[in-house]
Amino acid sequence: MIRLGNLEDIPVGEGRAYAVGDEMVAVFRLRDGTVRAVSAVCPHRGGPLADGQIDNRVVVCPLHLNAFDLRTGCSTSEQPPLTVYAVHVDADHQILLGE
Amino acid sequence: MRQRLVVVGNGMAGARTVEEILARGGGGRFTITVYGDEPYGNYNRIMLSNVLAGVEDEAGIFLNDLSWYADNGITLHAGRRVARIDRDAKVVHADDGTTTGYDKLVIATGSRAFVPPIPGIHRPGRGYHQGVFAFRTLDDTRAMIRYARDHERAVVIGGGLLGLEAARGLQNHVSHVTLVHAAGHLMNTQLDPQAGAILRTSVEKLGIDVVCDGQTTEILGKHAVTGVRLADGRVIDCDVVVVAAGIRANADLAQASGLTVERGIVVDDQMRCSGERDVYAVGECAQHRGETYGLVAPLWEQAKVLADHLTGRDPDAAYRGSRVATKLKVAGVDVAAIGVKEAERDDDETVVFAEPRRGVYKSAVIRDGRLVGATLVGDVRKVAFLMQAFDRGLALPEDRAELLFDLGGPPVEVSPADMPDDTQVCNCNGVSKGTLVATVQGGCKTVGGVMDRTRAGKGCGTCKGTVARIVEWAAGGEVEEDPAASWYVPGVPMPKPELMAAIRTHGLKSVSAVFATLGGEEDARSKMGLASLLKMMWGDEYVDERDARFINDRVHANIQRDGTFSVVPQMKGGVTTPAQLKRIAEVAEKHRVPMVKLTGGQRIDLLGVPKETLPLVWADLGMPSGHAYAKSFRTVKTCVGSDFCRFGVGDSTALGIAIEERYQGIEGPGKMKLAVTGCPRNCAEAYVKDLGVVAIDGGRWEIYVGGAAGAHVRKGDLLATVDTPDEVVTLTGRFLQYYRENGNWLERTYAFVPRIGIARLREVLVEDRDGIAADLDAAMAASVAAYRDPWLERREPVTPGQFRTALPLTVLPQVPVPS
Repeated sequence: MIRLGNLEDIPVGEGRAYAVGDEMVAVFRLRDGTVRAVSAVCPHRGGPLADGQIDNRVVVCPLHLNAFDLRTGCSTSEQPPLTVYAVHVDADHQILLGE
Repeated sequence: MRQRLVVVGNGMAGARTVEEILARGGGGRFTITVYGDEPYGNYNRIMLSNVLAGVEDEAGIFLNDLSWYADNGITLHAGRRVARIDRDAKVVHADDGTTTGYDKLVIATGSRAFVPPIPGIHRPGRGYHQGVFAFRTLDDTRAMIRYARDHERAVVIGGGLLGLEAARGLQNHVSHVTLVHAAGHLMNTQLDPQAGAILRTSVEKLGIDVVCDGQTTEILGKHAVTGVRLADGRVIDCDVVVVAAGIRANADLAQASGLTVERGIVVDDQMRCSGERDVYAVGECAQHRGETYGLVAPLWEQAKVLADHLTGRDPDAAYRGSRVATKLKVAGVDVAAIGVKEAERDDDETVVFAEPRRGVYKSAVIRDGRLVGATLVGDVRKVAFLMQAFDRGLALPEDRAELLFDLGGPPVEVSPADMPDDTQVCNCNGVSKGTLVATVQGGCKTVGGVMDRTRAGKGCGTCKGTVARIVEWAAGGEVEEDPAASWYVPGVPMPKPELMAAIRTHGLKSVSAVFATLGGEEDARSKMGLASLLKMMWGDEYVDERDARFINDRVHANIQRDGTFSVVPQMKGGVTTPAQLKRIAEVAEKHRVPMVKLTGGQRIDLLGVPKETLPLVWADLGMPSGHAYAKSFRTVKTCVGSDFCRFGVGDSTALGIAIEERYQGIEGPGKMKLAVTGCPRNCAEAYVKDLGVVAIDGGRWEIYVGGAAGAHVRKGDLLATVDTPDEVVTLTGRFLQYYRENGNWLERTYAFVPRIGIARLREVLVEDRDGIAADLDAAMAASVAAYRDPWLERREPVTPGQFRTALPLTVLPQVPVPS
């Protein structure tokens, strides 16, 4: 389990990127209260997904508007999938990555 | 318990109705029995001409084979004719003596070939003379092909659509074909005489002899057909005769069973037979509001309404008649016929172009400023636009020639059928015709759905029309209505006026409140459009949720392909000073800005600035934002004007600066790029701006709106000519506010202005016919007053990590990984 930081570091409905070892992870704080984590680089042309807009289902890459399901990582616009990371928030509002 | 649904007729209307019922879950509600006269599954009758022409085999025209009926639990009596309907007992009697009871009955008996009573056409006791054929069913077609193979000369009676198709198809089987038509010109139902004459020339070039005004009075030949005799005494030698003199509704069964029949079976708006509770009629056999239809599109609409009604999906679904518009290849010639074929009233306006040498004819009929009819022969490139204008009653171009031609518009459009599969349709996102077709075949049959899946048309948007045509073509006329097409944003099912009314009624001041109250599900792709709309509507009262903003609007800079941003400081009217230039140069050096570039809007762009550096760069510049990143008022481009230019007749720079100062940063449905030019030489390119101002001699100013010089090129329309710069500023604000309130999301003015129509815009904005000019001015003034330079957010970020990078790796907060 890896501690990423405070939940309050991420504004509601937005995402922030974290470097975890060699990997880039984009963590999103959904408006329904869920927190989701996926690989932070769009497989299409390398767009910064943490800068993308989200709803309770998908993130939309800001560069070419490809969309990805935040739960499964699957693209809804025919791109390769993202890696999905297990993530949760503990009682102290800490974002924890991993099972 | 399931109700018993019996469908009499297994043609295109009957089978389509069943398909629509199944699609609405009607399989669980009804036990379905279908009677079909022909011993087959269901085929596409329109394609029979292709079978005759040898370009399609029989297997290719089947829509549903016999196994489809079994798979869907439908009892099909193929080859069995219904002889009688007992409406009291609710039972149908077939000609073999069997019966089926029903709770609901649908009659879809279609139509039959009309065969005029010509002496010799029948042989006593044998039906048709052996060399005479109708052209209606698969069996007709097979018999015709079999017979024609061993014969030489054919006469086709009837010069309508079907006759032309038959003539063209028969050329495949016999060496000589003559078309005999009773009326004065070909396709006289759809075309005016001139268009008919041009079509005739084209058909004759294909090697078909055409006789118009030809009444066939006798079929000659005792055992075998030897010719036909015409009213004027002429005899045309032939050994095959095909009768294609029109169709008549097949309503005998209905009439014999006591239903009301005029030209067809009379039905109401639910397709219910007159005076009946449980008996319906659909397709070519039905007569609705006095009309019978012989085209496939109205029949699809009827089937949908009937299915909505029967399955209870929408019990009050109503068919209100179809506007008839058709585009076909008739005997190899492109023909489109929309609405009326010629002027009907004294004040109807007609626009006609004829070029007989190339076989091209185009006409349009306009009534009260709206298109009520159009005909195209030989060149149907404008058909999509004309059909839209006809269907939706769009405002028409002032220059009526634009109805018939693309004047300086996009290049010639190739028809989807002629386009190779690997043709790149969307040049922004690299989507080929093949990909679009595959997506349609994969089951996605709405234009919007295909665009979402493939991202075609999601770049600059210029290919949207082509994408729509390919989808329609690939779906074979089965393209589904895309209800979302009229919505302001995809996530809230309302057009803009309704949406704005609902927002006001419920007092919705944040994007999340709109979703919660009107949309149900939150939708990422709708947030930006809603944020823009709410900001415009509520001004200071708008509850600004930053996640509703696109990244550009969160950090007030334009995201680049590598995730860095561009910084464009304001430079009003494109006028700068040595001090400003020095400052920009120093900032660029200090922050090692990788590229400094002049923009098309006469400003200076610092490209490649990382997100986390943005506040520092803004602070060092000490200049306000130029808004080169938002769907908002961007810039006013100007020429040198009268101070220095020896041609200038008006002070364009001063006016440009004044406009930019007033309307800086005002958000809208799309970008707003403006220009002011000091004389009609137009150095500032004002004719091709969202709003362009041109000084003319005598101290006056022309205001053009709706121009563009991007992916789409359009010269703006003249909105007004005014006497003072103050009037220019006022009218500019009024136009921009009207666009903000009425433009669809991402609809640029080059689309908005033609949609509303320049005449209407003049009425509203210049003449104030609607009495809203003062309101528009006040609303704009409020937006202007609420303006605040967004680059001041550098002092205190609005959200945690507002300027934290999302790329690249190295400067992110490093999280230690336990080993």
